[in-house]
Amino acid sequence: MSEKIPTRDGFGKELVELGRENDKIVVVSADLEDATRAEYFKKEFPDRFFSVGIAEQDMVGMAAGLSMQGFVVFINSFAAFLTNRAYDMLRLDLCYNDCNVKVICSHGGVTVGQDGASAQCLEDFAIMRALPNMKVVCPCDDFEARKATRAFAREIGPMYMSTSRAPLPVLTKADDKFIIGKANVLREGKDVTIIACGVMVAEAMAAAERLAKDDIEAKVVNMHTIKPIDEEMIIACAKETGSIVTAEEHQITAGLGSAVAEVLVKNCPVPVEMIGVNDSFGESGSPEELLSKFNLKDVNIVEAAKKVIERAAGV
Amino acid sequence: MPVEEIDIDALKKKAVQYRREILETITEAGSGHPGGSLSAVEIFIALYDYKMNHKSDDPKWEDRDRLIVSKGHISPVTYVTLANCGYFPKEELKGFRKFGRILQGHVHIKVPGVEFNTGSLGHGLSVANGIAMGAKLLKKDFKTYCIMGDGEIQEGSVWEAAMSAAHFKLDNVCAIVDYNKVQENGPVSEIKGLEPLADKFRSFGFETREVIGHNLKQLIIALDEFGTIKDKPFAIIAHTIKGKGISFMEGEKSWHGKAPNGDQLKEALKELAPEE
Repeated sequence: MSEKIPTRDGFGKELVELGRENDKIVVVSADLEDATRAEYFKKEFPDRFFSVGIAEQDMVGMAAGLSMQGFVVFINSFAAFLTNRAYDMLRLDLCYNDCNVKVICSHGGVTVGQDGASAQCLEDFAIMRALPNMKVVCPCDDFEARKATRAFAREIGPMYMSTSRAPLPVLTKADDKFIIGKANVLREGKDVTIIACGVMVAEAMAAAERLAKDDIEAKVVNMHTIKPIDEEMIIACAKETGSIVTAEEHQITAGLGSAVAEVLVKNCPVPVEMIGVNDSFGESGSPEELLSKFNLKDVNIVEAAKKVIERAAGV
Repeated sequence: MPVEEIDIDALKKKAVQYRREILETITEAGSGHPGGSLSAVEIFIALYDYKMNHKSDDPKWEDRDRLIVSKGHISPVTYVTLANCGYFPKEELKGFRKFGRILQGHVHIKVPGVEFNTGSLGHGLSVANGIAMGAKLLKKDFKTYCIMGDGEIQEGSVWEAAMSAAHFKLDNVCAIVDYNKVQENGPVSEIKGLEPLADKFRSFGFETREVIGHNLKQLIIALDEFGTIKDKPFAIIAHTIKGKGISFMEGEKSWHGKAPNGDQLKEALKELAPEE
C-alpha cells in the first residue's frame, strides 16, 4: 500500500477544484476550517467563504438562507459538534426545507485519537440517517472523498459526509465509479460478506487477507453510502454468501450495521455480526490503540466472520 | 409614499377584519395560536400593505422582499394576510390544520407566499441573514424581514444570528420582535426577562427602534428608516399586547395556543372595533 491520506484532505482539495468550476459554491464555517480542510477553499476564494465563529446553529441557518438564493453551500465542523449541537437546525432548516446544503464533518470515530471522547463522534450515522431527505456518506479513502465531494456539489438536496482525521490507505482507484447509494465490491469471496465503511474498510480488507489464510473467502463491500443504503447489493451478498459482518467506527446502535440489518430482515434474513462501538464513549489514545481497545481491528472482524459462518451453518 | 398620505384609517379597518378572520380560522380548525397572531396583525399589515415589494400573482418573483416568520406558530395571521393579498383563495382558510389541506399548523412553504418552514423557535434570523448575504453576493436590492416572538429570543441561537447580522454588516435585514410580553407559561418578565431589550439589540450592533406595535403610523415610520442606515442590521422592538383586541384574551397566557369555542368566538367578534 502506498501513502496514507486522511479523507478530510480529499474533501478539501476537491472543494477547491469545484470552486474553480462553479462560482455558486460557497462555504460557511464555524472556526474549524483548518481541521476540516475547508480552509483550502478559504485561501483560494476568500470572498465566498464566511465564518460565523463558534456558532454551529447559526452556520446551518445561514447556509439554508444562502442556498435559497441558488448557492451550493458547504458547511463544516467536527461531527461531534455539528450533528449533535445543531441537530434541530439540520432537521428543520436543511431537511424539512429540503435545502441544497452539504454538511461535511471531519473527526468521525475513535481514530480522532488524543482529543478524547468529546471530539470523537460515534453517533452521526444514527442521527443523520433518521432525517428525511438527508443522504449520508462516509468515504474510505482519498479518491472516494474527492469523488463524494464532487457528487455532493452536483446532486441537489441536503447531504452529510463524515471524513477522517486519521490517514487512510488508498484502496480504490482513480477511475472507479462512485455513485451515491451504490456500494462497491473491493474483494470477491463466497463464504461470508464483510460490509464496511470509512476507516473500517481497510480493516475489512486486512481481515479478508487473514481469513484467506484459513481458507475462508470473504467478500468485502465498501458501503460508502449509509443512506440511501444499497439494498440490491446487500440482498445479493446475503444470497451469495449466506452470512454478513458489518464494520463501522460508530455505535452499533442505529448505524451502518442496523441499516444493513433493516434490509436483511425484510428481504433475506441471514445471520449478521456487527463490529462497532458497543454503547460507550471513546477516550484518549492513538488511533491504533483505540481501534484495538474498542474491538474495531481486523482480528475482531476475523473472529466475527468465523462466528457468523458457524451460525449460518447451524453449528 | 410619505406616511401622511397613507390612509391609516383604511389599514385600521383592515386590522379589524384580519382579527376577525384569524379568530374564525382558528375556531374552525379547533386549535391554533390566537394570542401571538392577534398581537402581530399591524406588523403584517405594515409589511404587506405598505413596505414590502411583493406580487401575489408571482410568489417566487426574484426581486421580492422576503419575510421569514420565525415564530412559526403565528400561521393564522400569516395565512390571513397572504389570503387577503391574493396569494390563495380565502376559502382555503377553512382548511387550516386539516388533513390533506395546504395550510399546515405551522407556516409551511406549500402555502404560496411562505418563504420557509418554521415551528421550532430561534431559527429564523440565521436564515434571514443567509438570504440577505446571498442578496449582497448577487447584488440584489431586495430586503429580508424576520418576525420573532419575545419568548423566542430566549433561544441562544437568536443571539448567534444577531452577532452575524452585525459582523457581516447586513443592512438589508430587519428583525422585528413582537414584544407581547407573554409566553406559553406566563409573563416573559417572570419566566426569563428580556430587559433591557432594545439595549441588547443595540449592543449587538443593530440600529434599533421601539414602537407601539399596534400603531400603524409608528410601524411605518420605523420601517421607512430601515434601509436608510448603512452597514448595520435594523431591529424594531414592537411593544404589543398578546391577544390584542379581545378583552378576555389580552395578556392571558391561556390564549397562547388554544381555539375559542363558538360562543367565545361570538363574544370576541362583538368586541372588535378599529384601534383609535
